[in-house]
Amino acid sequence: MKYQSQAVAMPYFIAAIGLFVGQIIFGLIIGLQYVIGDFLFPEIPFNVARMVHTNLLIVWLLMGFMGAAYYLVPEEAETELHSPKLAIALFWIFLTAGALTILGYLFIDYNTLASMTGNDILATMGREFLEQPLITKIGIVIVALAFLYNISMTTLKGRKTVINIVLLLGLWGLAIFFLFAFYNPANLVLDKFYWWWVVHLWVEGVWELIMAALLAFVLIKVTGVDREVIEKWLYVIITLALVTGIIGTGHHYFWIGTPAYWQWWGSIFSALEPIPFFAMTVFAFNMVNRRKREHPNKVAVLWALGTGVMAFLGAGVWGFLHTLAPVNYFTHGSQITAAHGHMAFYGAYVMVVLCIISYAMPIMRGRAANDQRAQVLEMWSFWIMTIAMVFITLFLTAAGILQVWLQRVADTPMSFMMAQDQLTLFYWMRFWAGVAFFIGLITYVWSFFVKGESKPLIT
Amino acid sequence: MKHRMPPTFGLSRDSLAFLNNNWGKTMSGTFTKAMARNIFYGGTVFFFLLFLALTFDTMRVLPKTDNRGELTPGAIAGKHIWETRNCLGCHSLLGEGAYFAPELGNVYERRGPLFIKAWMQAMPTNAPGRRQMPQFHLTDQELDDLVEFFRYTSGINTQNWPPNIEG
Ligand code: HEM
Ligand code: HEM
Ligand SMILES: [Fe+2]
Repeated sequence: MKYQSQAVAMPYFIAAIGLFVGQIIFGLIIGLQYVIGDFLFPEIPFNVARMVHTNLLIVWLLMGFMGAAYYLVPEEAETELHSPKLAIALFWIFLTAGALTILGYLFIDYNTLASMTGNDILATMGREFLEQPLITKIGIVIVALAFLYNISMTTLKGRKTVINIVLLLGLWGLAIFFLFAFYNPANLVLDKFYWWWVVHLWVEGVWELIMAALLAFVLIKVTGVDREVIEKWLYVIITLALVTGIIGTGHHYFWIGTPAYWQWWGSIFSALEPIPFFAMTVFAFNMVNRRKREHPNKVAVLWALGTGVMAFLGAGVWGFLHTLAPVNYFTHGSQITAAHGHMAFYGAYVMVVLCIISYAMPIMRGRAANDQRAQVLEMWSFWIMTIAMVFITLFLTAAGILQVWLQRVADTPMSFMMAQDQLTLFYWMRFWAGVAFFIGLITYVWSFFVKGESKPLIT
Repeated sequence: MKHRMPPTFGLSRDSLAFLNNNWGKTMSGTFTKAMARNIFYGGTVFFFLLFLALTFDTMRVLPKTDNRGELTPGAIAGKHIWETRNCLGCHSLLGEGAYFAPELGNVYERRGPLFIKAWMQAMPTNAPGRRQMPQFHLTDQELDDLVEFFRYTSGINTQNWPPNIEG
């Protein structure tokens, strides 16, 4: 570790992994409720467990992004973090707020929670991914601003590398677009229109900047390839991401009461969105193949290459699959959507966070890379989780095709619930693939506890 | 530029050499970092402005398609009930939300007001193994508001989505 203050990343990473485990446990619960409908009912209804599943995902990814920034920004800026104390304080605030929110979901009736937390003053709750109580949302904004202040000041007083600038742009964008979470007009069409300014402009906009910056950082470190080359790539990738992704928002404006011309804008621009993801894959492989050093941390390289490939598959290929308006007309809001959502989130954001953790954690623990045995175990977890996710995606895709056929295409369409009954087999297989994913995750956690000889720190 | 050939991760050495050489040319020499940066900022600003222009036009056209005329006080109250019971955590509405329970954007047309109210009151079915919907203990007024919200929603011009009444 070059700067002492980078160590504040550690608690963020540990908490992120802990929340990830929670996310998957709730994933398994809702996966099971898909086939055993009354499982845990009425103690934990599906909507509550789903909310815990998706909100934990968002919270731990944000934890991961913040940890990554605290680690990366000082090293790139070549200076200590502006205020390590603030970073630690924010960690506890964020973790407490997150934990209280999840406990609130689980133990307080949602309607009661809403009225307890100011939803009658400003109604923002009850919308997908933005279910958090008003006070939690305000807390997120405060933590985000203080965090941005901290890393922006660090950048300002130090070296302004392209990686730092791109990362900061991404993180500022994340905070700014989150503000649309506070806008919830009674007009449903307007509500939905601007809801996507959070959700879509995050995952297919500013988060891609964060992802590309993290990937570039790790690649510079593990390959020793010239910074100049990597930075140029970085600009090309994020240009492609935003040029296609901003107007690509239109692929959500096909059937929600918005004008028909969005079918053209949305289809054309979002059809180009796979390009930046493809570029990231080529970038990662290219840099690794031109590497100038053999970094002892092999598993970090594996995550870097894996995130390229899986993000391209999940976001690029599975996104393209249903993004053209004539296709989306049939697949909109089906299991195909869920299939894509899973692989895209996993391939792009889960994997890139695990990549930076994999690179930075050993260094924060005083070694360049983990012992061989720990690395091999982590590689196992990489393969188990990734292959399990491929199968989750394939089973959901199969379920989705069948669902669309039975319910929307066939001459005598089935009702939703009747069609669901026909898909039970696929939901069972998804559940078992989920169990495999969980085993992979346990293996991952376990790899942190494997002791052995540690490689000396090289700088 | 000559460099040692490393492991190829399953790609053929020819294809890698192709990528290396061509990207090598593009990514060095004439195409500078400053150019890449300028294209990024220029491109982003341009397409964001275009997006804003489209948004602006959408806001202008929406009154014709978003059924705001039917956005009665009842419908507004109904939307609030919809949100505070987290209905979207199981159902989809105009195709967005969860996929565990039926689409409700067109439920007003599919089932009608009386069925919807009776349905809400009959929950949960407690049929063993079946997906269960909670009992929300809504008053008659609240149920009417919810139905009013569904009526408003079903009148939104969704370009003929969903493909049929089953949603
Ligand atoms: C890493 C990037 C991405 C992530 C994390 C992601 C995630 C998601 C998620 C979670 C949803 C469901 C939203 C909801 O609940 O309604 C969704 C929907 C969608 N995504 Fe992505 N996505 C990504 C990239 C892409 C790309 C590149 C494309 C197109 C090429 C795409 C096309 C779509 C479409 C068309 C929908 C709407 C599906 C529907 O109509 O139901 N996505 N995405
Ligand atoms: C054990 C593995 C998992 C299982 C069994 C599982 C199960 C589920 C289920 C049943 C849903 C609700 C679908 C619905 O609305 O009807 C869901 C939603 C979701 N899950 Fe998972 N999940 C798992 C892992 C993950 C992972 C690893 C991620 C992130 C990478 C993830 C991200 C999401 C997202 C983004 C949604 C919302 C999807 C959408 O709106 O389209 N899940 N999951
Ligand atoms: Fe999108």
